[in-house]
Amino acid sequence: MNKDLLIYLTITCIKIFIVFGVIQFMIISMIWFERKIMAHMQVRLGPMRVGPHGLLQPIADGIKLLFKEDIIPEKANKFLFVLAPVMTLVPALITFAVIPFGDKIKIFGYSIDLVITDINVGFLYIFAVSSLGVYGVVMAGWASNNKYSLLGGIRSSAQMISYELTLGLSLIGVVMLTGSLSLVDIVNAQAKIWNIILQPIGFFIYVTSAFAEVNRTPFDLPEAESELVAGYHTEYSSMKFAMFFMAEYANMITVSAIAVTFFLGGWQGPFLPPVVWFMLKLSGCLFFFIWVRSTYPRLRYDQLMHFGWKFLLPLSLFNILITGLVMVIKG
Amino acid sequence: MEAYIFYIMAAVSVTAAVYLIFEKNPVYSALYLILTLVSIAALYILLEAQFIAAVQIIVYAGAIMVLFLFVIMLLSLNIKEELKDAIPFQKIPALFMGILLFSVLCIILKSKFVQGKQGEYTSAYVASVGNTKLIGNLLFTDYLLPFEITSILLFVAAIGAIMLAKRKL
Repeated sequence: MNKDLLIYLTITCIKIFIVFGVIQFMIISMIWFERKIMAHMQVRLGPMRVGPHGLLQPIADGIKLLFKEDIIPEKANKFLFVLAPVMTLVPALITFAVIPFGDKIKIFGYSIDLVITDINVGFLYIFAVSSLGVYGVVMAGWASNNKYSLLGGIRSSAQMISYELTLGLSLIGVVMLTGSLSLVDIVNAQAKIWNIILQPIGFFIYVTSAFAEVNRTPFDLPEAESELVAGYHTEYSSMKFAMFFMAEYANMITVSAIAVTFFLGGWQGPFLPPVVWFMLKLSGCLFFFIWVRSTYPRLRYDQLMHFGWKFLLPLSLFNILITGLVMVIKG
Repeated sequence: MEAYIFYIMAAVSVTAAVYLIFEKNPVYSALYLILTLVSIAALYILLEAQFIAAVQIIVYAGAIMVLFLFVIMLLSLNIKEELKDAIPFQKIPALFMGILLFSVLCIILKSKFVQGKQGEYTSAYVASVGNTKLIGNLLFTDYLLPFEITSILLFVAAIGAIMLAKRKL
Protein backbone atom coordinates (compact mmCIF):
# COMPACT_ATOMS: atom_id res chain seq x y z
CA MET A 1 0.00 0.00 0.00
CA ASN A 2 1.45 3.36 -0.93
CA LYS A 3 1.89 6.24 1.47
CA ASP A 4 -0.81 8.58 0.11
CA LEU A 5 -3.53 5.97 0.36
CA LEU A 6 -2.48 5.14 3.92
CA ILE A 7 -2.63 8.80 4.95
CA TYR A 8 -6.00 9.20 3.24
CA LEU A 9 -7.44 6.18 5.05
CA THR A 10 -6.08 7.33 8.42
CA ILE A 11 -7.54 10.82 8.01
CA THR A 12 -10.92 9.42 6.92
CA CYS A 13 -11.05 7.03 9.88
CA ILE A 14 -10.23 9.86 12.30
CA LYS A 15 -12.95 12.01 10.74
CA ILE A 16 -15.49 9.21 11.05
CA PHE A 17 -14.61 8.66 14.72
CA ILE A 18 -14.85 12.37 15.52
CA VAL A 19 -18.19 12.84 13.73
CA PHE A 20 -19.63 9.70 15.30
CA GLY A 21 -18.44 10.76 18.76
CA VAL A 22 -19.86 14.25 18.40
CA ILE A 23 -23.24 12.89 17.29
CA GLN A 24 -23.35 10.49 20.23
CA PHE A 25 -22.53 13.33 22.58
CA MET A 26 -25.19 15.51 20.97
CA ILE A 27 -27.81 12.78 21.35
CA ILE A 28 -27.05 12.51 25.05
CA SER A 29 -27.08 16.26 25.61
CA MET A 30 -30.27 16.63 23.52
CA ILE A 31 -32.11 14.42 26.00
CA TRP A 32 -31.18 16.80 28.82
CA PHE A 33 -31.91 19.92 26.77
CA GLU A 34 -35.29 18.64 25.64
CA ARG A 35 -36.40 17.87 29.19
CA LYS A 36 -35.05 21.14 30.56
CA ILE A 37 -36.35 23.45 27.80
CA MET A 38 -39.79 21.83 27.75
CA ALA A 39 -39.96 22.04 31.52
CA HIS A 40 -39.16 25.74 31.55
CA MET A 41 -41.67 26.40 28.76
CA GLN A 42 -44.30 24.70 30.90
CA VAL A 43 -43.19 26.60 34.04
CA ARG A 44 -41.59 23.55 35.69
CA LEU A 45 -37.99 22.96 36.70
CA GLY A 46 -37.41 19.63 34.98
CA PRO A 47 -34.73 17.22 36.25
CA MET A 48 -32.87 18.77 39.18
CA ARG A 49 -31.66 15.90 41.38
CA VAL A 50 -28.79 14.21 39.55
CA GLY A 51 -25.88 16.63 39.36
CA PRO A 52 -26.18 20.42 39.18
CA HIS A 53 -29.43 21.31 37.42
CA GLY A 54 -29.88 17.66 36.53
CA LEU A 55 -26.88 17.69 34.17
CA LEU A 56 -26.09 14.03 34.83
CA GLN A 57 -29.70 12.96 34.23
CA PRO A 58 -28.99 11.43 30.75
CA ILE A 59 -26.29 9.23 32.26
CA ALA A 60 -28.66 8.13 35.02
CA ASP A 61 -31.29 7.38 32.37
CA GLY A 62 -28.78 5.38 30.35
CA ILE A 63 -27.71 3.30 33.34
CA LYS A 64 -31.34 2.69 34.27
CA LEU A 65 -32.13 1.47 30.75
CA LEU A 66 -29.05 -0.78 30.70
CA PHE A 67 -30.09 -2.53 33.90
CA LYS A 68 -33.72 -3.03 32.89
CA GLU A 69 -34.80 -6.52 31.95
CA ASP A 70 -34.54 -7.08 28.21
CA ILE A 71 -37.85 -8.69 27.24
CA ILE A 72 -38.43 -10.39 23.92
CA PRO A 73 -42.09 -11.46 23.60
CA GLU A 74 -42.51 -15.20 23.20
CA LYS A 75 -44.55 -15.03 19.98
CA ALA A 76 -42.33 -12.33 18.48
CA ASN A 77 -40.12 -12.95 15.49
CA LYS A 78 -36.83 -12.90 17.41
CA PHE A 79 -34.38 -12.14 14.60
CA LEU A 80 -36.32 -9.22 13.14
CA PHE A 81 -37.24 -8.00 16.62
CA VAL A 82 -33.55 -7.61 17.44
CA LEU A 83 -32.62 -6.28 14.01
CA ALA A 84 -35.28 -3.54 13.87
CA PRO A 85 -33.72 -1.04 16.34
CA VAL A 86 -30.39 -1.35 14.53
CA MET A 87 -32.08 -0.74 11.18
CA THR A 88 -33.57 2.52 12.48
CA LEU A 89 -30.40 3.85 14.09
CA VAL A 90 -27.83 3.08 11.37
CA PRO A 91 -29.40 5.03 8.45
CA ALA A 92 -29.78 8.06 10.71
CA LEU A 93 -26.07 7.99 11.51
CA ILE A 94 -24.56 7.22 8.08
CA THR A 95 -26.27 10.19 6.42
CA PHE A 96 -23.60 12.32 8.06
CA ALA A 97 -20.99 10.90 5.68
CA VAL A 98 -21.75 13.56 3.07
CA ILE A 99 -22.58 16.59 5.22
CA PRO A 100 -19.82 19.24 5.18
CA PHE A 101 -19.26 20.70 8.64
CA GLY A 102 -16.39 23.09 7.91
CA ASP A 103 -14.07 24.61 5.36
CA LYS A 104 -10.75 23.10 4.29
CA ILE A 105 -8.12 23.16 7.04
CA LYS A 106 -4.37 22.56 6.85
CA ILE A 107 -2.65 20.29 9.34
CA PHE A 108 1.06 19.36 8.90
CA GLY A 109 0.92 20.44 5.27
CA TYR A 110 -2.03 18.22 4.38
CA SER A 111 -5.20 19.99 3.35
CA ILE A 112 -8.19 18.27 4.91
CA ASP A 113 -11.80 18.73 3.82
CA LEU A 114 -14.08 18.87 6.82
CA VAL A 115 -16.53 16.41 5.34
CA ILE A 116 -16.16 12.63 5.52
CA THR A 117 -16.62 12.19 1.78
CA ASP A 118 -17.67 14.58 -0.97
CA ILE A 119 -19.50 12.49 -3.57
CA ASN A 120 -21.10 14.05 -6.63
CA VAL A 121 -24.45 12.40 -5.87
CA GLY A 122 -24.55 13.53 -2.23
CA PHE A 123 -28.15 14.69 -2.50
CA LEU A 124 -29.30 11.33 -3.85
CA TYR A 125 -27.22 9.49 -1.26
CA ILE A 126 -29.09 11.24 1.55
CA PHE A 127 -32.43 10.15 0.15
CA ALA A 128 -31.27 6.64 -0.62
CA VAL A 129 -30.14 6.20 2.97
CA SER A 130 -33.13 7.85 4.58
CA SER A 131 -35.55 5.80 2.48
CA LEU A 132 -34.03 2.69 4.08
CA GLY A 133 -34.82 4.06 7.53
CA VAL A 134 -38.48 3.08 7.12
CA TYR A 135 -37.65 -0.61 7.33
CA GLY A 136 -36.65 -0.47 10.98
CA VAL A 137 -40.10 0.85 11.86
CA VAL A 138 -41.93 -1.62 9.61
CA MET A 139 -39.92 -4.55 10.96
CA ALA A 140 -40.41 -3.49 14.58
CA GLY A 141 -44.15 -3.21 14.06
CA TRP A 142 -44.47 -6.60 12.43
CA ALA A 143 -41.95 -8.60 14.47
CA SER A 144 -43.46 -7.60 17.82
CA ASN A 145 -46.60 -9.61 17.01
CA ASN A 146 -48.77 -7.05 18.73
CA LYS A 147 -51.72 -5.30 17.12
CA TYR A 148 -50.78 -1.87 18.43
CA SER A 149 -47.23 -2.30 17.20
CA LEU A 150 -48.41 -3.38 13.75
CA LEU A 151 -50.85 -0.49 13.46
CA GLY A 152 -48.19 1.95 14.66
CA GLY A 153 -45.62 0.54 12.27
CA ILE A 154 -47.94 0.71 9.27
CA ARG A 155 -49.09 4.18 10.16
CA SER A 156 -45.56 5.37 10.63
CA SER A 157 -44.29 3.95 7.38
CA ALA A 158 -47.25 5.38 5.43
CA GLN A 159 -46.46 8.76 6.94
CA MET A 160 -42.75 8.48 6.22
CA ILE A 161 -43.25 7.46 2.58
CA SER A 162 -45.74 10.28 2.00
CA TYR A 163 -43.54 12.97 3.46
CA GLU A 164 -40.30 11.65 1.97
CA LEU A 165 -41.68 12.73 -1.38
CA THR A 166 -42.22 16.36 -0.37
CA LEU A 167 -38.94 16.32 1.55
CA GLY A 168 -37.11 15.43 -1.66
CA LEU A 169 -39.06 17.84 -3.84
CA SER A 170 -38.52 20.76 -1.44
CA LEU A 171 -34.75 20.45 -1.93
CA ILE A 172 -34.96 20.25 -5.74
CA GLY A 173 -35.24 24.07 -5.89
CA VAL A 174 -31.90 24.42 -4.10
CA VAL A 175 -30.31 21.86 -6.42
CA MET A 176 -31.65 23.78 -9.43
CA LEU A 177 -30.14 27.04 -8.18
CA THR A 178 -26.79 25.44 -7.42
CA GLY A 179 -26.59 23.16 -10.43
CA SER A 180 -24.87 20.43 -8.45
CA LEU A 181 -25.83 17.47 -6.31
CA SER A 182 -22.68 17.71 -4.20
CA LEU A 183 -23.30 19.12 -0.74
CA VAL A 184 -19.93 20.86 -0.69
CA ASP A 185 -20.89 22.79 -3.85
CA ILE A 186 -24.26 23.67 -2.35
CA VAL A 187 -22.59 25.18 0.73
CA ASN A 188 -20.01 27.03 -1.36
CA ALA A 189 -22.77 28.54 -3.51
CA GLN A 190 -24.29 30.15 -0.41
CA ALA A 191 -21.27 32.32 0.40
CA LYS A 192 -23.11 35.53 -0.48
CA ILE A 193 -26.77 34.79 0.10
CA TRP A 194 -28.41 31.95 1.96
CA ASN A 195 -30.86 29.72 0.17
CA ILE A 196 -33.55 30.40 2.77
CA ILE A 197 -33.95 33.87 1.21
CA LEU A 198 -34.05 32.51 -2.34
CA GLN A 199 -36.22 29.51 -1.49
CA PRO A 200 -38.60 30.49 1.32
CA ILE A 201 -41.38 28.15 0.16
CA GLY A 202 -38.88 25.31 -0.21
CA PHE A 203 -37.66 25.91 3.34
CA PHE A 204 -41.20 25.90 4.73
CA ILE A 205 -42.00 22.62 2.94
CA TYR A 206 -38.70 21.09 4.06
CA VAL A 207 -39.23 21.96 7.72
CA THR A 208 -42.81 20.65 7.74
CA SER A 209 -41.88 17.40 6.01
CA ALA A 210 -38.83 16.98 8.23
CA PHE A 211 -41.04 17.05 11.32
CA ALA A 212 -43.23 14.35 9.79
CA GLU A 213 -40.23 12.34 8.62
CA VAL A 214 -38.70 12.05 12.09
CA ASN A 215 -42.10 11.47 13.74
CA ARG A 216 -41.97 14.49 16.01
CA THR A 217 -44.89 16.52 17.35
CA PRO A 218 -47.19 17.69 15.73
CA PHE A 219 -46.77 14.62 13.49
CA ASP A 220 -45.96 12.01 16.14
CA LEU A 221 -48.91 9.79 15.24
CA PRO A 222 -46.92 6.54 15.22
CA GLU A 223 -46.67 6.78 18.98
CA ALA A 224 -50.01 8.41 19.73
CA GLU A 225 -50.36 7.17 23.32
CA SER A 226 -54.09 7.60 23.50
CA GLU A 227 -54.76 5.33 20.50
CA LEU A 228 -51.76 3.07 20.02
CA VAL A 229 -50.11 2.66 23.48
CA ALA A 230 -46.62 3.42 22.16
CA GLY A 231 -46.88 2.50 18.49
CA TYR A 232 -44.19 0.33 16.96
CA HIS A 233 -42.02 0.23 20.07
CA THR A 234 -44.74 -0.93 22.46
CA GLU A 235 -43.03 -4.28 23.10
CA TYR A 236 -39.50 -2.95 23.35
CA SER A 237 -37.66 -2.56 26.62
CA SER A 238 -34.18 -1.93 27.99
CA MET A 239 -31.45 -0.97 25.51
CA LYS A 240 -33.53 -1.87 22.46
CA PHE A 241 -36.00 0.81 23.43
CA ALA A 242 -33.08 3.14 24.09
CA MET A 243 -31.88 2.53 20.54
CA PHE A 244 -35.22 3.67 19.10
CA PHE A 245 -34.97 6.68 21.35
CA MET A 246 -31.43 7.41 20.13
CA ALA A 247 -32.55 6.91 16.53
CA GLU A 248 -35.21 9.58 16.96
CA TYR A 249 -32.64 12.06 18.22
CA ALA A 250 -30.08 11.03 15.60
CA ASN A 251 -32.74 11.58 12.92
CA MET A 252 -33.49 15.01 14.34
CA ILE A 253 -29.81 15.93 14.21
CA THR A 254 -29.55 14.60 10.66
CA VAL A 255 -32.52 16.52 9.25
CA SER A 256 -31.33 19.65 11.07
CA ALA A 257 -27.87 19.25 9.53
CA ILE A 258 -29.46 18.88 6.07
CA ALA A 259 -31.54 22.02 6.70
CA VAL A 260 -28.39 23.90 7.70
CA THR A 261 -26.51 22.66 4.63
CA PHE A 262 -29.24 23.32 2.09
CA PHE A 263 -30.91 26.46 3.38
CA LEU A 264 -28.93 28.13 6.15
CA GLY A 265 -25.56 28.47 4.46
CA GLY A 266 -23.84 25.44 6.00
CA TRP A 267 -20.64 26.45 7.80
CA GLN A 268 -20.56 29.91 6.18
CA GLY A 269 -20.54 32.87 8.51
CA PRO A 270 -18.41 35.84 9.58
CA PHE A 271 -15.82 36.12 12.41
CA LEU A 272 -16.22 32.72 14.07
CA PRO A 273 -14.54 29.55 12.73
CA PRO A 274 -16.71 27.53 10.26
CA VAL A 275 -17.17 24.52 12.56
CA VAL A 276 -18.52 26.77 15.32
CA TRP A 277 -20.97 28.35 12.88
CA PHE A 278 -22.15 24.93 11.78
CA MET A 279 -22.72 23.81 15.36
CA LEU A 280 -24.50 27.06 16.25
CA LYS A 281 -26.93 26.74 13.35
CA LEU A 282 -27.46 23.07 14.11
CA SER A 283 -28.25 23.87 17.75
CA GLY A 284 -30.69 26.54 16.63
CA CYS A 285 -32.56 24.03 14.45
CA LEU A 286 -32.64 21.48 17.27
CA PHE A 287 -34.00 24.10 19.65
CA PHE A 288 -36.74 24.78 17.12
CA PHE A 289 -37.71 21.09 17.19
CA ILE A 290 -38.13 21.20 20.98
CA TRP A 291 -39.95 24.53 20.83
CA VAL A 292 -42.49 23.18 18.35
CA ARG A 293 -42.98 20.04 20.45
CA SER A 294 -44.03 22.04 23.48
CA THR A 295 -46.24 24.36 21.43
CA TYR A 296 -48.43 22.33 19.09
CA PRO A 297 -50.92 19.52 19.71
CA ARG A 298 -50.94 16.36 17.61
CA LEU A 299 -52.74 16.21 14.26
CA ARG A 300 -55.35 13.61 13.40
CA TYR A 301 -54.23 10.90 10.97
CA ASP A 302 -56.51 11.92 8.07
CA GLN A 303 -55.52 15.56 8.54
CA LEU A 304 -51.89 14.52 8.28
CA MET A 305 -52.41 12.62 5.03
CA HIS A 306 -54.56 15.34 3.48
CA PHE A 307 -52.02 17.97 4.42
CA GLY A 308 -49.19 15.97 2.89
CA TRP A 309 -50.79 14.92 -0.38
CA LYS A 310 -53.25 17.71 -1.09
CA PHE A 311 -51.36 20.74 0.15
CA LEU A 312 -47.61 20.15 0.50
CA LEU A 313 -47.12 18.09 -2.66
CA PRO A 314 -48.81 20.57 -5.05
CA LEU A 315 -47.06 23.42 -3.25
CA SER A 316 -43.65 21.81 -3.73
CA LEU A 317 -44.34 21.17 -7.43
CA PHE A 318 -45.43 24.80 -7.75
CA ASN A 319 -42.20 25.88 -6.06
CA ILE A 320 -40.13 23.91 -8.59
CA LEU A 321 -42.13 25.46 -11.44
CA ILE A 322 -41.62 29.02 -10.15
CA THR A 323 -37.91 28.41 -9.55
CA GLY A 324 -37.48 27.11 -13.09
CA LEU A 325 -39.47 30.00 -14.53
CA VAL A 326 -37.43 32.63 -12.69
CA MET A 327 -34.19 30.94 -13.70
CA VAL A 328 -35.23 30.93 -17.38
CA ILE A 329 -36.32 34.59 -17.29
CA LYS A 330 -33.13 35.71 -15.54
CA GLY A 331 -31.11 33.56 -17.94
CA MET B 1 -9.81 -4.10 -3.89
CA GLU B 2 -12.63 -3.56 -6.40
CA ALA B 3 -12.56 -7.24 -7.32
CA TYR B 4 -12.97 -8.27 -3.67
CA ILE B 5 -15.94 -5.94 -3.21
CA PHE B 6 -17.44 -7.27 -6.41
CA TYR B 7 -17.16 -10.89 -5.28
CA ILE B 8 -18.57 -10.16 -1.83
CA MET B 9 -21.51 -8.17 -3.22
CA ALA B 10 -22.16 -10.70 -5.99
CA ALA B 11 -22.19 -13.52 -3.45
CA VAL B 12 -24.57 -11.59 -1.18
CA SER B 13 -26.98 -10.79 -4.01
CA VAL B 14 -27.06 -14.34 -5.37
CA THR B 15 -27.44 -15.88 -1.91
CA ALA B 16 -30.22 -13.46 -1.02
CA ALA B 17 -31.95 -14.19 -4.32
CA VAL B 18 -31.83 -17.93 -3.65
CA TYR B 19 -33.20 -17.44 -0.13
CA LEU B 20 -35.91 -15.18 -1.57
CA ILE B 21 -37.21 -18.11 -3.59
CA PHE B 22 -36.85 -20.86 -0.98
CA GLU B 23 -38.10 -18.93 2.05
CA LYS B 24 -41.58 -20.04 3.18
CA ASN B 25 -42.39 -16.86 5.07
CA PRO B 26 -43.35 -14.10 2.58
CA VAL B 27 -42.10 -11.32 4.87
CA TYR B 28 -38.62 -12.89 4.89
CA SER B 29 -38.80 -13.25 1.12
CA ALA B 30 -39.50 -9.53 0.75
CA LEU B 31 -36.63 -8.67 3.09
CA TYR B 32 -34.26 -10.88 1.08
CA LEU B 33 -35.39 -9.10 -2.08
CA ILE B 34 -34.44 -5.79 -0.45
CA LEU B 35 -31.01 -7.23 0.35
CA THR B 36 -30.63 -8.32 -3.29
CA LEU B 37 -31.59 -4.88 -4.57
CA VAL B 38 -29.20 -3.10 -2.23
CA SER B 39 -26.27 -5.35 -3.12
CA ILE B 40 -26.97 -4.85 -6.82
CA ALA B 41 -26.88 -1.10 -6.13
CA ALA B 42 -23.39 -1.65 -4.75
CA LEU B 43 -22.45 -3.37 -8.03
CA TYR B 44 -23.71 -0.32 -9.93
CA ILE B 45 -21.38 1.87 -7.87
CA LEU B 46 -18.48 -0.39 -8.86
CA LEU B 47 -19.49 0.23 -12.49
CA GLU B 48 -19.25 4.00 -11.80
CA ALA B 49 -22.99 4.41 -12.28
CA GLN B 50 -23.68 6.28 -9.04
CA PHE B 51 -26.92 7.79 -10.26
CA ILE B 52 -28.43 4.42 -11.14
CA ALA B 53 -27.26 3.05 -7.79
CA ALA B 54 -28.91 5.84 -5.83
CA VAL B 55 -32.12 5.63 -7.84
CA GLN B 56 -32.16 1.85 -7.46
CA ILE B 57 -32.16 2.22 -3.68
CA ILE B 58 -34.58 5.18 -3.58
CA VAL B 59 -37.16 3.72 -5.95
CA TYR B 60 -36.93 -0.04 -5.59
CA ALA B 61 -35.51 -0.68 -2.13
CA GLY B 62 -36.97 2.43 -0.54
CA ALA B 63 -40.40 2.92 -2.05
CA ILE B 64 -41.69 -0.12 -3.92
CA MET B 65 -40.50 -2.72 -1.43
CA VAL B 66 -42.09 -0.83 1.48
CA LEU B 67 -45.43 -1.13 -0.30
CA PHE B 68 -44.76 -4.85 -0.91
CA LEU B 69 -44.06 -5.35 2.78
CA PHE B 70 -47.18 -3.39 3.64
CA VAL B 71 -49.43 -5.64 1.64
CA ILE B 72 -47.75 -8.83 2.85
CA MET B 73 -47.94 -7.79 6.49
CA LEU B 74 -51.59 -6.83 6.24
CA LEU B 75 -52.62 -9.98 4.37
CA SER B 76 -50.57 -12.78 5.85
CA LEU B 77 -50.96 -12.45 9.57
CA ASN B 78 -51.31 -16.23 9.87
CA ILE B 79 -48.24 -17.55 8.14
CA LYS B 80 -48.91 -21.22 8.85
CA GLU B 81 -51.50 -21.38 6.14
CA GLU B 82 -50.04 -23.69 3.56
CA LEU B 83 -48.98 -22.23 0.27
CA LYS B 84 -50.77 -23.95 -2.57
CA ASP B 85 -49.49 -24.01 -6.11
CA ALA B 86 -52.07 -22.19 -8.19
CA ILE B 87 -50.80 -23.61 -11.48
CA PRO B 88 -49.76 -27.22 -10.73
CA PHE B 89 -48.86 -28.15 -14.32
CA GLN B 90 -46.09 -25.55 -14.53
CA LYS B 91 -43.50 -27.65 -12.69
CA ILE B 92 -42.22 -29.78 -15.57
CA PRO B 93 -42.04 -26.94 -18.15
CA ALA B 94 -40.34 -24.78 -15.50
CA LEU B 95 -37.73 -27.46 -14.87
CA PHE B 96 -37.12 -27.81 -18.60
CA MET B 97 -36.76 -24.05 -19.12
CA GLY B 98 -34.44 -23.83 -16.15
CA ILE B 99 -32.13 -26.48 -17.57
CA LEU B 100 -32.22 -24.70 -20.93
CA LEU B 101 -31.29 -21.34 -19.36
CA PHE B 102 -28.51 -22.94 -17.32
CA SER B 103 -27.01 -24.62 -20.39
CA VAL B 104 -27.14 -21.38 -22.39
CA LEU B 105 -25.33 -19.60 -19.54
CA CYS B 106 -22.71 -22.40 -19.49
CA ILE B 107 -22.18 -22.10 -23.25
CA ILE B 108 -21.73 -18.33 -22.98
CA LEU B 109 -19.27 -18.66 -20.10
CA LYS B 110 -17.30 -21.35 -21.99
CA SER B 111 -17.00 -19.38 -25.19
CA LYS B 112 -15.07 -16.14 -25.60
CA PHE B 113 -16.70 -12.95 -24.41
CA VAL B 114 -18.22 -10.92 -27.18
CA GLN B 115 -16.51 -7.57 -27.37
CA GLY B 116 -18.52 -4.75 -28.87
CA LYS B 117 -16.88 -1.62 -30.13
CA GLN B 118 -16.10 1.02 -27.56
CA GLY B 119 -18.77 3.69 -27.10
CA GLU B 120 -18.15 7.41 -26.92
CA TYR B 121 -18.72 7.60 -23.16
CA THR B 122 -15.53 6.28 -21.63
CA SER B 123 -15.29 6.13 -17.86
CA ALA B 124 -12.74 8.98 -17.85
CA TYR B 125 -15.21 11.18 -19.78
CA VAL B 126 -18.09 10.24 -17.48
CA ALA B 127 -15.95 11.05 -14.44
CA SER B 128 -14.98 14.46 -15.83
CA VAL B 129 -18.55 15.57 -16.66
CA GLY B 130 -20.36 13.83 -13.84
CA ASN B 131 -22.61 10.83 -14.07
CA THR B 132 -25.89 12.55 -13.19
CA LYS B 133 -25.25 15.54 -15.45
CA LEU B 134 -24.58 13.28 -18.43
CA ILE B 135 -27.75 11.25 -17.91
CA GLY B 136 -29.77 14.45 -17.46
CA ASN B 137 -28.38 15.98 -20.65
CA LEU B 138 -29.10 12.87 -22.67
CA LEU B 139 -32.62 12.50 -21.26
CA PHE B 140 -33.55 16.06 -22.18
CA THR B 141 -31.90 16.15 -25.63
CA ASP B 142 -31.51 12.86 -27.51
CA TYR B 143 -34.07 10.85 -25.57
CA LEU B 144 -36.66 13.54 -24.87
CA LEU B 145 -39.54 11.80 -26.65
CA PRO B 146 -39.11 8.38 -24.96
CA PHE B 147 -38.66 10.18 -21.63
CA GLU B 148 -41.90 12.13 -22.02
CA ILE B 149 -43.81 9.08 -23.23
CA THR B 150 -42.60 7.11 -20.22
CA SER B 151 -43.72 9.85 -17.86
CA ILE B 152 -47.17 10.01 -19.48
CA LEU B 153 -47.41 6.21 -19.22
CA LEU B 154 -46.60 6.33 -15.51
CA PHE B 155 -49.07 9.16 -14.99
CA VAL B 156 -51.85 7.23 -16.73
CA ALA B 157 -50.99 4.15 -14.67
CA ALA B 158 -51.25 6.16 -11.45
CA ILE B 159 -54.64 7.55 -12.45
CA GLY B 160 -55.78 4.06 -13.44
CA ALA B 161 -54.74 2.65 -10.08
CA ILE B 162 -56.71 5.33 -8.26
CA MET B 163 -59.76 4.73 -10.47
CA LEU B 164 -59.66 0.98 -9.82
CA ALA B 165 -59.17 1.36 -6.09
CA LYS B 166 -61.71 4.13 -5.56
CA ARG B 167 -64.80 3.85 -7.73
CA LYS B 168 -66.41 6.79 -6.00
CA LEU B 169 -64.14 9.75 -5.76
